[in-house]
Amino acid sequence: MSFEPPLEKYSVKIREVAWGHGEKTVRTGGENALPFHYFEGSLPNLAVLALEIVDIEPENWAPELIEQYQDVVSSPAKWAKKCVDFCGANAVCLRLLSTDPLGRNASPQEAAATAKTVADSIDAPLIVWGTGDEEKDTQVLTEVARVCAGENLLLGPVLKQNYEQIAKAAKDHGHGIVAQASMDANLTKELNIALCKFFPGDKIVVDPTSSALGYGLEFTFSIIERIKQFGLADRDNMMLMPILADVGVESWRAKEAKLNRDQGILWEAVTGLSFLLAGANILILRHPDSLRVIKEMITEC
Amino acid sequence: MALKGADILKKLPKTNCKECGFPTCFAFAMKIATGGAKVEDCPHISPESKAELEAELSPPIKLVTIGAGANALVVGEEEVMFRHEKTFFHEPGIAILISDKEAEEEIDRKLKKISGFDFERIGQKLKVNLLALSYDSGEKAKYEALVRKAVETTEMAFVLICCDTDVLFSAAALCAARKPLVYPIGKENLSAAIPRLKELKVPAGVYGKGLDEVIEVASALRNAGIEEMVLDSGPKNMLEGVRDNTLIRRSALKKGFRPLGYPTITFPCFMYKDKLKESLAAAAFMTKYAGIIVLSQPDEHFLLPLLVYRFNIYSDPRRPMTVEEKVYEVSNPDENSPILITTNYALDFFIVSGAIEEAGLPAYLCIKNTEGLGVLASWTSGKFNGEAIAAFFAKYSVEKKVKHRKLIIPGVAKKLKDELEEDLPGWEIVLGPNEASDIPKFLSEEWKQ
Repeated sequence: MSFEPPLEKYSVKIREVAWGHGEKTVRTGGENALPFHYFEGSLPNLAVLALEIVDIEPENWAPELIEQYQDVVSSPAKWAKKCVDFCGANAVCLRLLSTDPLGRNASPQEAAATAKTVADSIDAPLIVWGTGDEEKDTQVLTEVARVCAGENLLLGPVLKQNYEQIAKAAKDHGHGIVAQASMDANLTKELNIALCKFFPGDKIVVDPTSSALGYGLEFTFSIIERIKQFGLADRDNMMLMPILADVGVESWRAKEAKLNRDQGILWEAVTGLSFLLAGANILILRHPDSLRVIKEMITEC
Repeated sequence: MALKGADILKKLPKTNCKECGFPTCFAFAMKIATGGAKVEDCPHISPESKAELEAELSPPIKLVTIGAGANALVVGEEEVMFRHEKTFFHEPGIAILISDKEAEEEIDRKLKKISGFDFERIGQKLKVNLLALSYDSGEKAKYEALVRKAVETTEMAFVLICCDTDVLFSAAALCAARKPLVYPIGKENLSAAIPRLKELKVPAGVYGKGLDEVIEVASALRNAGIEEMVLDSGPKNMLEGVRDNTLIRRSALKKGFRPLGYPTITFPCFMYKDKLKESLAAAAFMTKYAGIIVLSQPDEHFLLPLLVYRFNIYSDPRRPMTVEEKVYEVSNPDENSPILITTNYALDFFIVSGAIEEAGLPAYLCIKNTEGLGVLASWTSGKFNGEAIAAFFAKYSVEKKVKHRKLIIPGVAKKLKDELEEDLPGWEIVLGPNEASDIPKFLSEEWKQ
């Protein structure tokens, strides 16, 4: 009796989102199999590993992290460039913390100018991230969309409360969006349905909201697995968007991550790898060594 | 792949004698199919049919016990491919390698360190389960000395890793009462191993180069009446391990394929020299179905993330972690201390109480039972709104604890502020920070009595 390995084939595939422009274009998604299941399907696009930069002096970052970037933290453009050229990031995520209304409250114009400068200085695609303040992000991200027209950024977080304006600006100026719903597969689906009424489905990436190892990881993990199942197994068209996980900010917040270098890197890398195994297509990380070790392991043959 | 009532009926006497307590054999068969009755309840079924039925009804993945007593590791009897379908049941065992080639002091140090580990999280102990004792010296006496020492100085259970079958089983005989896992049992040593396995009654660590060979070896062991085993298909890296573990789990659960119906054992320790990579591979195997994971060394900074990760993935998604509802006193508060309130979701509790402790300022932390829902979810469902909190205040006489009338609520619950101003007249509702990590700053700079 010869053994037939029980392979599972899906008849649909995750939507392929192309972002970045020209030579910097990267494709995300497009797989018709579960994560890393090369043995039973086609997964044409490796996960995109992005490093995060912020546009203010980083506050409360672990000393281990600051050490990596201290020569560049005062210049977003230099920092972004280091991430790509030196640290091996496939993409950069620029978090516009300067625009926090409870902080520096920088104007949308200032923020957009920074985004443009960063986009111009790297040979990689760019994610631009607000602070999560619904009203301010609307103003900031629509301005970023306008000023960076043609860059084909990924703009986020796009929420139920502000998706109409941001998605419209993204559409008008040729960008993709990251639609964020809070830890609930149904909310993710609802937001996608609302968006797809006027926004191209193949320019949407979803963010189900990340939690770190020890601080809710399993919730994010299972939501990502469920979204993948709804999409591939149940063929739900509104759940076939690729998935992004914002891992760095969450995992380095943990007190355990700040206690020891290896423990910190692992706190982030385990969180990130876990979400890749669940089905995430893009990770936003902070430490270059987490990025390096994940990248080396997912590209092994 | 559960057996259907109709298939079970085929093996029953079909006399409808009612002695099992059911009106017909068909009714009895249906009950057995749903787990509401046992085959042995039928006094007239033939011994052969009974044995066949019980084998077919047994869980698709065998329950395997390594070790004995309080430190035994129990793995297997899993039911799902995805934890959200139900839950994962038995946490994989973590084993740490000690080689008989190491210096005595190093062996002593490791034995002491590993058996002395005391990791805890949210009131749960996170255990390192097994010692993996490896024969590398080429000297039987040295290996036996290592095993003896492990028996004498620890209470732990063992994986014996030894490619000399004689040495493997003499070492196993030294600790047979502790049911060690003996590895590797493969094509080459099957005939020598089978009688020893039966004699010592220890579980077998099957090695096969690839799934076909694993099936061959496992089938031979099954036919010889060996019941407990774990499987190693020899994957060379993380992605191969994920593939093999997935196919083995699927074969067992979805095809009812018995030769692969056992937990797996994985060896990140042999796959990677880099400790970060070894740890990531271990995490991947924990995520994807492994029963035992063998690591190369006992460094707590590499272990803690894995122990916490295992705890997270194997937590039951059907039950949120909660803490008791009450007014917690952090650092001995008095009548002038601040009052904060949040939900009884365990994570919220630990993050917030940890942040308050970090601030070094005494405070009262009101924990309201929201059945484990977080702030926004429980506000939406009415468990953490103005009315509910006012009731909490009355129940726990919060007013009597302090002279002031200020309540600090989580910053994300902006909408709660207005409600509370109505439902708690006389109280000033202060919006705390959005992030618990900003609580120390908030308390030291902004809290004024």
